[in-house]
Amino acid sequence: MTAFPALRSAPIRRNAPRFRAGERLVPQSRLSGPMPWVIAIMIALTVVAAGGGLALRNLGEGARADIAGGLTVQILEAAPAERERQAQVAMAVLGNRDDVGKIRRVPEAELEALLEPWLGQQARGSEEPIPMPALIDVQVKGPLTTQRLEGLRASLAGAAPAARIDAQSGWLKPVFDAIASLQWLALGLIVLLAATSAAAVWLAARSALGSNRETIEIIHLLGATDRQIAGIFQRSIGTGAALGGFAGLLLGLAAIWLLGRQFSRLGSGMVAGGGLEPFDWAVLASIPLMGIALAIVTARMTVLGALRRTL
Amino acid sequence: MSEREGNIVKFESIGLRYGTEREVLSDVTFTLYPGCFYFLTGASGAGKTSLLRLLYLAQRPSRGIIRMFDTDVITVPRARLPAFRRRIGVVFQDFRLVPQLSAFDNVALPLRISGMPENEIRRAVGDMLDWVGLDQRAEARPATLSGGEQQRVAIARAVVGRPEVLVADEPTGNVDHEMALKLLRLFEALNRLGTTVVVATHDLQLLRKVPDSLIMRLDRGRLSDPTGALRYPPRREVAAR
Repeated sequence: MTAFPALRSAPIRRNAPRFRAGERLVPQSRLSGPMPWVIAIMIALTVVAAGGGLALRNLGEGARADIAGGLTVQILEAAPAERERQAQVAMAVLGNRDDVGKIRRVPEAELEALLEPWLGQQARGSEEPIPMPALIDVQVKGPLTTQRLEGLRASLAGAAPAARIDAQSGWLKPVFDAIASLQWLALGLIVLLAATSAAAVWLAARSALGSNRETIEIIHLLGATDRQIAGIFQRSIGTGAALGGFAGLLLGLAAIWLLGRQFSRLGSGMVAGGGLEPFDWAVLASIPLMGIALAIVTARMTVLGALRRTL
Repeated sequence: MSEREGNIVKFESIGLRYGTEREVLSDVTFTLYPGCFYFLTGASGAGKTSLLRLLYLAQRPSRGIIRMFDTDVITVPRARLPAFRRRIGVVFQDFRLVPQLSAFDNVALPLRISGMPENEIRRAVGDMLDWVGLDQRAEARPATLSGGEQQRVAIARAVVGRPEVLVADEPTGNVDHEMALKLLRLFEALNRLGTTVVVATHDLQLLRKVPDSLIMRLDRGRLSDPTGALRYPPRREVAAR
């Protein structure tokens, strides 16, 4: 052995925050364990729940936009001639109002076709047809308030006493309420899944702290700060969460794609409005990033909390 | 030499107990001066390791005051302790090498913690491994090294950052006499560069090998002072080295 190496003429920085070799200090497999798989499942479920919630939101908004300002006028008169007269008068009255945009008389053939699944052929062309109301689709300009609805009723009351006016949004209110409930359910699921993911990371970090206690104590005594030690765990758990998050995203997107295909086959007008927009796909793609951030923050808080109990 | 400039570590009436047991250290008072070489002796169970743990800030005492580098380290905020630990090199009795790291990476640990650039680390660690005669074993994992080699890696790790205080707990306990002398020469070389060295040992033969050393003796948790190291400041020429 020779004289002490004269190699440290340059001063050592005493408070440098970065610790680059951290990843190698704690073996990745011992640190992550099953955590990436748990994260993958959680992210997949979150993506499906968020996708469902976003599709429901789009469905609701689409339906609201379609029927916003829409109302239906029914002429409930059994005598065909009188019904026809009142329908003509109602068309004329509504056509003269400034606040009414579009008016369309629903053709009798369309009405019969609508009712055929329930009433059969009796609804059309039989010798004693069931009397059906005359229907007029009306689109008012601007929002349809209760006051405006009352004004329309008043204007038709004298000219077409058999007329009954209903806002289309009123019929679908229970549907909108159900959609809103499902959206809240999706949000609740996402919160629960996030909490479960955080708990999984917390357990993984605690377990890793326990199994690497000796190494942590050594680097602690060599002068590593809590932030440096937490950084080792953050990076390792972040890597595991990134792997799990990416796998979970693929799983979730595959599930949404399959569900989307199934629903599109239904061909129902309302359900068809529940597709996902490009922005929605971007939101879904960001879920693993949020999962990774959550895992890193949880790991950091867990490790810092545990280290604070040491000297 | 004023009190402020003249000491690097000062223990005052230190007591240490674990749980409700009797004190393992009682009324321990001493001062370490810069550039001196201290031996801490005593029988097994006398409290040497406990005293060293206080010295390298692995533990707080139950009572008393510890000043290091002009700071009361008992009351200093926890967040400031790592900066003090980086000024202290430690050779643990059981080496405490990180098993998954090579000899090179173990020695590099304190420098990486300090944030030294990697190219400087490579040069510094290479020189240090050469100095302890392990340049050919740089990539070996601790499990594949002999006891003596592990001990030298532990010493290289302790001194690579040029600490102001070097604390070694039975550093020659696991090596033969010839290797023990070589290790002692390493500590002396570091001491000559101005590092205060504290070596805990129960090997009385070793004490005679460092002529200018000062001896502190622990006996059932109480400190005695066979060389007067505790009662009087060290000789000026020793302290000024």
